[in-house]
Amino acid sequence: MSLLEVHAVSKAFGGIRALNDCSLAVEQGTITGLIGPNGSGKTTLFNVITGYERVDSGEIRFDGKVISKESPATIFGLGIGRTFQLTRVFTRLTVLENMHIALPRTMRGLLRHWGSAQEQRQTLELLDFVGLTMLKDEPAGNLSYGQKKLLEFALILVVQPRLILLDEPAGGVNPTMINELATIIRTLNEQKHITFLVVEHNMEFVMNLCHTVNVLHRGTTIAEGPPEAVRKNASVLDAYLGV
Amino acid sequence: MKILRRGGLLALLVLMLVFPVLLSPNTAVTDIAVYTLIYAMGATGWNIFSGYTGYISIGHTVYFGFGAYTMALACQYWNIPGGYLPFLLLPLAGLVAGVFAIPLGALVLRTRKYAFSITTIAVLFIFQLLGFNLTGITNGSRGIFLPSPPWDPNLSDLPFYYVAFILLVIALFVSWRIRHSKYGLGLLAIRDDEDRAFGLGVKPGPYKLSAYVISAIFVGMAGAMFAYFIGTIFPQFVFDPVVDVNLTTIMFLGGLGTLSGSLIGAVLVVPLQQWLTLLLGASSLNLALFGSVLLVVLLVLPKGIVNSLKTRWIAWKASHPKAEARVNDAASQERAVLAERREVL
Repeated sequence: MSLLEVHAVSKAFGGIRALNDCSLAVEQGTITGLIGPNGSGKTTLFNVITGYERVDSGEIRFDGKVISKESPATIFGLGIGRTFQLTRVFTRLTVLENMHIALPRTMRGLLRHWGSAQEQRQTLELLDFVGLTMLKDEPAGNLSYGQKKLLEFALILVVQPRLILLDEPAGGVNPTMINELATIIRTLNEQKHITFLVVEHNMEFVMNLCHTVNVLHRGTTIAEGPPEAVRKNASVLDAYLGV
Repeated sequence: MKILRRGGLLALLVLMLVFPVLLSPNTAVTDIAVYTLIYAMGATGWNIFSGYTGYISIGHTVYFGFGAYTMALACQYWNIPGGYLPFLLLPLAGLVAGVFAIPLGALVLRTRKYAFSITTIAVLFIFQLLGFNLTGITNGSRGIFLPSPPWDPNLSDLPFYYVAFILLVIALFVSWRIRHSKYGLGLLAIRDDEDRAFGLGVKPGPYKLSAYVISAIFVGMAGAMFAYFIGTIFPQFVFDPVVDVNLTTIMFLGGLGTLSGSLIGAVLVVPLQQWLTLLLGASSLNLALFGSVLLVVLLVLPKGIVNSLKTRWIAWKASHPKAEARVNDAASQERAVLAERREVL
């Protein structure tokens, strides 16, 4: 059984069918790439998986459990974290406060201080991991674009999700940092056994990092397999080059 | 820094405690002081919801009115004489406002941003009309008289002042506890990006509604204090949009979402408003002038005094050579740590 199974999912916005009978599986422990031309439905697929959009038909299973009717909060609680194409951090809160938002809270613990010593040790360690410790007291809105991407990534790691969806993690990031990002993803995958589903336009990044690649075109998957095979696939070349 | 802050806070508390005693029996000044404290308390409560979540409610006067009418009707119903007894009704007034806030909050919180603000003020006008027309309960535009306290008129402001002071301290304490709690962090996350917060496990619905109810409780108690202090209530004065203009002006001037902003804002805004009323009340020109104060504040100091000062202070610290040296030192340490980490990886 795959960790994430998207089964025949359709989603339309007005007259546009963003997802059309789309199926996809993400195996436990892999880094899976998701590529496709602009408007092929990648972000919509992320939105339906994480509960921000409802599917019109079809089913999404995470670890065997149907999640296509759950709320974003519940799905996050089950262990799916995501980042956004246009980074979304909490701009007026400090970097450290940002890191504490996703931490689980109980009814009884609601009025305790937002960051206990133990929690702060954990979040500072993570900030150190992505290299943002120095900026911990800075409002997140003051960070550079790349730093915001790192923060957005780090703040979902506090709950140790089982699956992380990354929406264009390398978009607008300089080449040195892209390499650093790839190293971070690989480390998390190997050491913490976190599964990744990555949407990315940077082919070099995808081909180097991912174990399997899925290609989305007009809301449906047209190819799936190891990077080398997908690169040579005729229908993929068609979709990209429009031959 | 911490000692300075604590010392300042203590000095402020002592000053606020002895201030009316030193000035009595100057009722003109102590009157204004009582209004200032009542509004500071109400604004602190308002800020718990609107300041922390960023949902600007301009209809919280509804709860001011519920509090005022609870005070008036309870005094009437139980035949409570003037004196200290009516102060015991304050928690009841807060409770009534809070209970009403549950369904009303659930209703208005179905909207967001500007639609939310407009919906809140629509609710306010509905209740103003009900206040005029439910004559069986509110006595309509003839108003309700509250018992008057039997104290020496020269000193009768003092009990009001100290009760309002205690309520303000409670409100500030609650606000401070919330600001530094996990609950408060959730509210602030909703202010910055509600949908993102939802995706990180913060369920916006219960967070917003509970903050709305808490703030209504404090605004309700402010209304009850106000009613007992002025002695007569009419629908147009307790369901009065001007109350909301006051609360928002106080918080926007002091600093939306800040703890001390309510106090600083109230100390500046309420005396000014009282003075304008005294000066121009007959022609109602005071309202026009007071409205322009709000506009000027929004144009010149949109972040409020506390936030602007904070920004200045951080900028000054960064440009100060000693402080900068420390930062640089930390930066070089950081780079060393980073280099080490890369080697490990």
